[in-house]
Amino acid sequence: MQISSYFPCPPRLLIVAGHFGAGKTNVALNLAYMLKAEGREVTLIDLDIVNPYFRAADAENALRAVGIQYINPPFANTNVDIPVLSADIQRVFPMLEQNPNASVIFDVGGDNGAVALGRYHVELTRLGAYMLCVENAYRPLTDSPEAMLENLREIEAYSRLRCNAIVNNSNLGEETSAADLLDALPTMEAFSALAGLPILFTTVCAPLRETDLPHGPIKSPVWEIQNYTRKLF
Amino acid sequence: MGHKVLMKGNEAIAEAAIQNGCLHFFGYPITPQTEISEYMAKRMPKVGGLCLQAESEVAAINMVMGAAAAGSRVMTSSSSPGVSLKSEGISYIVGCDLPCVIVNVQRGGPGLGGIQPSQADYYQSTKANGHGDLHLFVVAPASVQEMATLTGVAFDVADKYRTPALILADGALGQMMEPVDFDVEKKTDLPEKSWAANGHGGKRKKNIINSLFMDPVDLENSIKERFERYAAMAENETRWEELMVEDADIVMVAYGITSRICKTAINAARAKGIKVGLIRPITLWPFPAAALKKAAETAKHFMVCELNMGQMVDDVKVAIDCARPVSFYGRTGGVMPSSEEVLAEIEKIAGGLAK
Repeated sequence: MQISSYFPCPPRLLIVAGHFGAGKTNVALNLAYMLKAEGREVTLIDLDIVNPYFRAADAENALRAVGIQYINPPFANTNVDIPVLSADIQRVFPMLEQNPNASVIFDVGGDNGAVALGRYHVELTRLGAYMLCVENAYRPLTDSPEAMLENLREIEAYSRLRCNAIVNNSNLGEETSAADLLDALPTMEAFSALAGLPILFTTVCAPLRETDLPHGPIKSPVWEIQNYTRKLF
Repeated sequence: MGHKVLMKGNEAIAEAAIQNGCLHFFGYPITPQTEISEYMAKRMPKVGGLCLQAESEVAAINMVMGAAAAGSRVMTSSSSPGVSLKSEGISYIVGCDLPCVIVNVQRGGPGLGGIQPSQADYYQSTKANGHGDLHLFVVAPASVQEMATLTGVAFDVADKYRTPALILADGALGQMMEPVDFDVEKKTDLPEKSWAANGHGGKRKKNIINSLFMDPVDLENSIKERFERYAAMAENETRWEELMVEDADIVMVAYGITSRICKTAINAARAKGIKVGLIRPITLWPFPAAALKKAAETAKHFMVCELNMGQMVDDVKVAIDCARPVSFYGRTGGVMPSSEEVLAEIEKIAGGLAK
C-alpha cells in the first residue's frame, strides 16, 4: 500500500492529533516509517507536552537509524521532562518551502495537549497542514460519536486548526480481534457523519492482518500498522 | 460499560471507583497519577458526584476525612511525595475509624526523586503511613484489570472494617494501557454506616467522630478493638497468587509490575529446566505469610524482586522464620529491571543450589 496515495494532497505537512491514549504516537511512527520507505525525506516532531511516559522518544534510535529526522522536547525521557518545545521546530517551515520531497509529521499530545500546536497555527495554516484526528472507539471517554465530536472540537479550539480526516484506530491492544474491529465500525462511521469528515484509514495492527478481515463492511482503506509502543516485559 | 475498553491503569482506578459508588474525589496533580484526577474531573459531574482539586495534598486528605465522616464513599490519589504529605491525615482517619481509599502511584524517591516507576514506598505503606499504632489495608495490583478490580475490593474492605485502604501501584501500571472488563459485582452485605455524622434530624443520638481521647485507658481500649478488626482482616482478606510453587526449588516473591517481569523470567528459566516459581502478594498488608511458610517446606531458596533496595525482604524472612536463605534482586530510582537481568539472577542462584 502506497500510503501517500491515500491522502488527497501530497503528505508534506501532517498533524496527528486525537484523544488522549487513542494511539497517536503509534500512528505517527507508522506514517514516518512508511513515508520514508516511499522515498520521502521525513521529519517527525514529538509535540507531546502531556504524557512523559510513552513518547516517540522511545523509538528515537530506530528512527535515526533509517534516516528519519526526529525532533523531541529537550530533556525528554528524563526526570525533568517538562512541557518545553524545541527551538528546532521552527526550522521545518522554511525547509518545507524549499524541499518538495520533505514530509513533516507533528505528533501531538492528547486533548488539550493540542494547545502546543496553537503556537504554530499561522505557519501550519499557511503551509496547508493536513490534520488527522485519531480515535479509538474502545477508549472509555470517547466511546460514542457525540463524545468523539466533543473531543474533536476541543482539539480544534486548542490548536486553532481544523481537522481534515479521521483515522479509525479502534483497538483493544494485543487482545484485538477481527470482530472487535468490526464492532467499532458503526461508532466510527457515525462519528465521521457527525463531524462531516472522511475516515482516511482504518488501522489493523500486527499480528492481525487485513486478510483476517471480511471484505465489504470496512468502507475506508485498511492500513496495516506495526506496534512500536515500548514493551516493559 | 458492559464491554471491554482500552484504558490506562490510572483511568481504570478512577472508573472503577465511580462504578463502585465513589461520589467524592479530592486530589492534587502529580506525575505519574494525574490522569486519575483528570478522569474524575470529566466523569464525576456526569454521575452527580464531586471532583475537587484541593489546594494541596494536605487539604485533599482532610477533605477525604470530612466526606468519609459523613458516610460517603471517597477517594484521593497521589504519588510518593504527595502521599508523604497525606500521612498525618491518614493517621487521623485511622484514629477516627473512617473508611476511604487512598491511591499511591509510586515514583522514585526519596525527596522529589523522579517521575519514573518505583516500589520504594513499601515500608511507608505497610509499616507506618502515619503515626500511632496502625495498619492500612494495602493492595498491590499487577495489571490494568487489577487496578479496576482491586479498587472495588479496597472500597469494600474499607467499609467492612472501617479502615483506610491503600492501592499501591506504580508509574508503569498507572500509565500503561490494557483492555479492562468492568463487570463489577456489587457487594450487598456491607454494614450500614450507622456511625456517620450526616445529620440526625433529632431522630437518633448524635454521632461524634474524633481521634482525641482524654483518658489513656480509653485510647488503649480503642486501639485494642481496632487491632481485633486487623486480626479479622488478616484472617479474611489476605490475597495472593501462586505460580508453579509446588515443585519449585527457588520461590520468587514479587508484587505489582515487578511480578510481571518475574513471570517472563520464570517461564524462560523453566524452559532451561530450572525449577522456579512465584508467590505474588496481592495484599501487602495483610501479608500472605502463611503461603510463604508453606512454600518454605519444599523450596530451597527465596528470591525477592522489587523496584527498591529490598524493602520486602524482612517480611519474607519473618514469614518463613528464616528457615531458608532469602536473597534480593531489584533496581531502584525509577529504573526497571529487564526479564533477562532477573533470569541471570535466577540462574546464578540455581547454579549455587546445584553445588
